[in-house]
Amino acid sequence: MIMDLARFVVNERPYWTALEKTLDRLDAQTNHRLTLEQAEQFHSLYQRTAADLVQLTGFAAEGELRQYLEWLVSRAYAQIHEVREQHHFRPWRWFTVEVPCAFRRHARAFQLSVLLTLAGCVFGAFALQTDTEAKQVLMPFEGLRVTPSERVARENRLQGKQLSGHKGSFSAELMTHNTQVALTTAALGVTFGAGTIISLFYNGVILGAVAFDYIHDGQLAFLAGWLLPHGVIEIPAILVGGQIGFVIAYALIGWRSRQSRAERLRLIVSDVVKLASAATVMLIWAGIVEAFVSQYHEPVLRYSWKIGFGLVEAAALTLFLMWAGRAQEDLKKA
Amino acid sequence: MIRSSTAVIRTPEGVEFRLPLAGLFSRMLAFAIDLCVIVALLQLLRQLLGPLAALGTDTLRAITIVGYFVISLTYGILTEWFWRGQTVGKRLLGLRVMEASGLRLTLAQVIVRNLMRFADGLPALYLVGGAACVLSARCQRLGDLVAGTIVIRTSRWTVPDVGQQTGEKYNSLAEQRHLAARLRKQVDPELVRLAASAMVRRNDLEPGARLLVFGELAGYLRNLVPYPTELVDQLSDEQYVRNALAVLLARR
Repeated sequence: MIMDLARFVVNERPYWTALEKTLDRLDAQTNHRLTLEQAEQFHSLYQRTAADLVQLTGFAAEGELRQYLEWLVSRAYAQIHEVREQHHFRPWRWFTVEVPCAFRRHARAFQLSVLLTLAGCVFGAFALQTDTEAKQVLMPFEGLRVTPSERVARENRLQGKQLSGHKGSFSAELMTHNTQVALTTAALGVTFGAGTIISLFYNGVILGAVAFDYIHDGQLAFLAGWLLPHGVIEIPAILVGGQIGFVIAYALIGWRSRQSRAERLRLIVSDVVKLASAATVMLIWAGIVEAFVSQYHEPVLRYSWKIGFGLVEAAALTLFLMWAGRAQEDLKKA
Repeated sequence: MIRSSTAVIRTPEGVEFRLPLAGLFSRMLAFAIDLCVIVALLQLLRQLLGPLAALGTDTLRAITIVGYFVISLTYGILTEWFWRGQTVGKRLLGLRVMEASGLRLTLAQVIVRNLMRFADGLPALYLVGGAACVLSARCQRLGDLVAGTIVIRTSRWTVPDVGQQTGEKYNSLAEQRHLAARLRKQVDPELVRLAASAMVRRNDLEPGARLLVFGELAGYLRNLVPYPTELVDQLSDEQYVRNALAVLLARR
């Protein structure tokens, strides 16, 4: 095709300039909404410019002009072909309906997290039972090196004064560290789940070893009073991290799926965000409880009260994750 | 895996366009700038919290720990969301995060690609993310792969100047109407196309190649229809081709 390029540019330039101006306006004002007439005009300018680009593709010239038109068409395309729904964000509804719904949608991934952590627990307990020297390796934390009986005696003597003056910072450290652990466990899903499995199993090993150590030493009440108030939230939060990891891994592997990998990942992105935010909120709560409740033992706080508090939290969390938003979910399905 | 420097997007209308992908080093540089910004923000936070010392050192330390964590976690999310895929570093280097299919970024994508930094950053200094960038066809780190995003180079393009070709400016060749008519008659349409293409692509040519191309074209046109020496003596080869093209493309 022989094309009068110069005349083509002169004729079409006003349309390109008009499109460029509209795009600049839309970029500058994120919430700017076009009227129906403006939208029609915008669409017509996009089509005309896209057609010009096609016409130019037939022509041999591939310089600045082509780059300019590609630049215009790519910007207009992003505006015009965006069909994903833009919901008005309602934080309360989002947290009380969409987050638990996302959790239930991926319940199997959560069950897998639980299973792996339990396997780690069994391994940790078994390792400590068969080799007491393993304690130094399995529980490399200063507070856990003494025997449980010694620790209980010390806690009874100190009555929570050991944290006096730095409870706030201790709580903050717990929150940030645990959030980091949960999000790393989640992000490791990108290793096709291998990293997530290792992380969950390792957490389970520590948990199992600690539990065995205290139960074996006859300190079950202390253990329950110490771990339950924060653990019933903190451990499920780490498990949610694992759940996210498996959701990502499943989308990457795409077992029995006919969708492309990109499509599968696109479908889970919003659920990943919901679950990650749930884990973060849970860990903030757990951090506060661990610093301000869990570290106080008898006689300051009765074990029965602490255990009861933990059980109430566990029940509330279970109810929230299992039942919140069910009505809206059923309505949507119907 | 074949690496590409552009992402080709095909619209439902069948129009294809290319987005230039950002390379590993420009992304690393942008990240280094962002790290500097984060460090500056943390220092600023420390200064701002100074007067709160009255609340007690424990409270102050707790706020600082949480503040540091929140800033480092949310810096990328907030800047990329509010600046449409750009952080300070990306803005300075002309980079932008985009949806891999050319659409607008969603908030969920921005959050996920930033949360995945926990994996990309392993074991240290973003080695995993860097390796993923090198190995992936579209220079995507793990966060980009999961969120379905790419990082492109952004440049503001303008319409090439074609004023000289269309008779908007004075053209000495057009003044000689009988010679202009002979030029129109004798020049092959294929040559017109070639000259127009050379004119549009002139800024993409190496200086040496540019001189050579316009030298040959001008030489051919000068021989085809000789103009009086005093009219064309001062014209460079490129200017001669421009003027000749304007004559050839002018409405008759």
